[in-house]
Amino acid sequence: MSDHKLKKWARSRRGQQFFVCVTFMAVPLLLLFVFTYLPFGQMVQFSFYKMKYLTPPDKRVFVGFQNYIDVFKRDDCFKALKLSLYYCGGALFQLALALYLATILSFKVRGGNFFKGLMFFPYLISGIAIGFIFKFFYTRGFVLDSLLQFLGAQADKIPYWLKDQSVNNWSLVATSVWRYFGQNMVLFIGAIMSVDSDLYEAAALDGANRWQQFKHIIIPGIKTILTLNVILSITGSLSAFEPPYVITGGSNGTGTYFVIMNEIAHVSQKVGLASAMAVVLLLIIFACTIAQKLFFKYVFRDVDSQDEVRKARRKKP
Amino acid sequence: MRKHLTFGGVLWNIVQYVSLIFFGFLAVLPIASCVITAFKTDEEYRATSVMTLPKSWLNFENFYRAFTTANMGRAFLNSLIVMVCVLTVSVLVGTQLAFVLNRFKFPGNTFVRSLFLVASLLPSVAMQVTVYKIMTVLNLVNHLYGYIIMMCGTDVISIYIFIQFMENIPIALDESAFIDGAGYQRIYWQIILPLLKPAIITSCILKGVAVYNEYYAANLYLMSKEIRTISTSLYTFVGPMGNQYNLICAGVIISLTPALVVFLLCQKHIYSGIAAGAVKG
Repeated sequence: MSDHKLKKWARSRRGQQFFVCVTFMAVPLLLLFVFTYLPFGQMVQFSFYKMKYLTPPDKRVFVGFQNYIDVFKRDDCFKALKLSLYYCGGALFQLALALYLATILSFKVRGGNFFKGLMFFPYLISGIAIGFIFKFFYTRGFVLDSLLQFLGAQADKIPYWLKDQSVNNWSLVATSVWRYFGQNMVLFIGAIMSVDSDLYEAAALDGANRWQQFKHIIIPGIKTILTLNVILSITGSLSAFEPPYVITGGSNGTGTYFVIMNEIAHVSQKVGLASAMAVVLLLIIFACTIAQKLFFKYVFRDVDSQDEVRKARRKKP
Repeated sequence: MRKHLTFGGVLWNIVQYVSLIFFGFLAVLPIASCVITAFKTDEEYRATSVMTLPKSWLNFENFYRAFTTANMGRAFLNSLIVMVCVLTVSVLVGTQLAFVLNRFKFPGNTFVRSLFLVASLLPSVAMQVTVYKIMTVLNLVNHLYGYIIMMCGTDVISIYIFIQFMENIPIALDESAFIDGAGYQRIYWQIILPLLKPAIITSCILKGVAVYNEYYAANLYLMSKEIRTISTSLYTFVGPMGNQYNLICAGVIISLTPALVVFLLCQKHIYSGIAAGAVKG
């Protein structure tokens, strides 16, 4: 009887929905569990132990919060986060540059598509290839030095781009700007294009110049995506990793937080300390994300609704 | 529209072309210097300045040497295998998940969505500290299939693209098919999946580029030379060959050529994919 009922349920709409939900979600949830949440849990657990990757579970030494104390005490850990300021500065410059170029390319310019492609392409190159390209670019006497000498700089006044600690972090930040500004630009072009084109025409008829159009139409039109990118660039610069990892390997004071964490984990095999470092940064990133959500919720809701009121007013004859 | 030839207008025109040319030049300079160097013979490379053009643009010697030293033929094959497997699995898994999350209201729907959203916040480099341990326990290290399985893991951006696209497929379509007696499996395979084609193309291009360029995990998990992918094959040039830049540049150019070809063929899709991926958040 109950067997019959079960079969009937299985053929019903609800039953079918249940089966399709289970079969379609099993694999993604399994992958998500094994490669995201399980390692996340283990990371929290390992952060309280002194251990290596191959230490058997019974040989691990429980050290309480010692790893966390070390993260803040050691010279190479938490202090490395100050390098993020370079990357944050670079990211903000990158957004401004991308916005400027996007404003140019959103309107008719000769060869616009060509320039767009040229500036976007670096985004499609692998990190390791970029590492080689820029090692070559910055090496003493090579690309950048020859260019500067060609422009009239004296050879002995040019710094060692990757060794001199007063410039090397900026050199690395520049590679990141080079790689991503085109991608940002394409994103902004998309956003600018989605602004109602009637607005530009109306503004042009009213005699507004480019700067006025930029200030009163473009900026308000893409405000949300702009703010989102500014906030993302903060979390992004906290977890800066690729440029130093592939170009200098973190030498000469270029080791960002993650580069050092990577070395502690995979070279010195201090898995506990590395886990603690990861947990600390994840907490900071979560805090930033929550702050961002709150920011959008309270700051933007009002502005957006005002925008809608304005739009509604405009539509009235 | 009438053209006003004002002073400001002319100036702005000049400024915008100068900026485009300047930044376009900066964007292309590092790559162009690589291309120039890749065509130089050893003596030329040692004797001439970086900016001097090579004597012959037909000197493919370095490309041949780079291709064979780094075993790039095998690496291309490995990258192709990885890409085909990862893209197939992640398209199927991603569209199925999007289908279920978008079409059915069930307890836990929002919970599953937020599980994926939170996962997207975790930086992958940090996660590798313990993923490495799990990969070791599951005996997936140093096997191509192990790397493939790990790469199939969650990709929130494509799931997001799929869900967004699903919202524009009318639910009435599923309903009428269901009334005609089709099961949900059939609705997915015969109605939804074909309709998702544009979203699938977008996500394949984005994910394909990411997988092709991935080097951090590949370097961590694929140690044996014969299972290196194209991006990690470049690691061959680290060390003793570290200053033979004519050879290295040739290797770099070989590795980025497929990306260039794909870019030239489907610029439109790539640009719209970037825009679609950005809407999340």
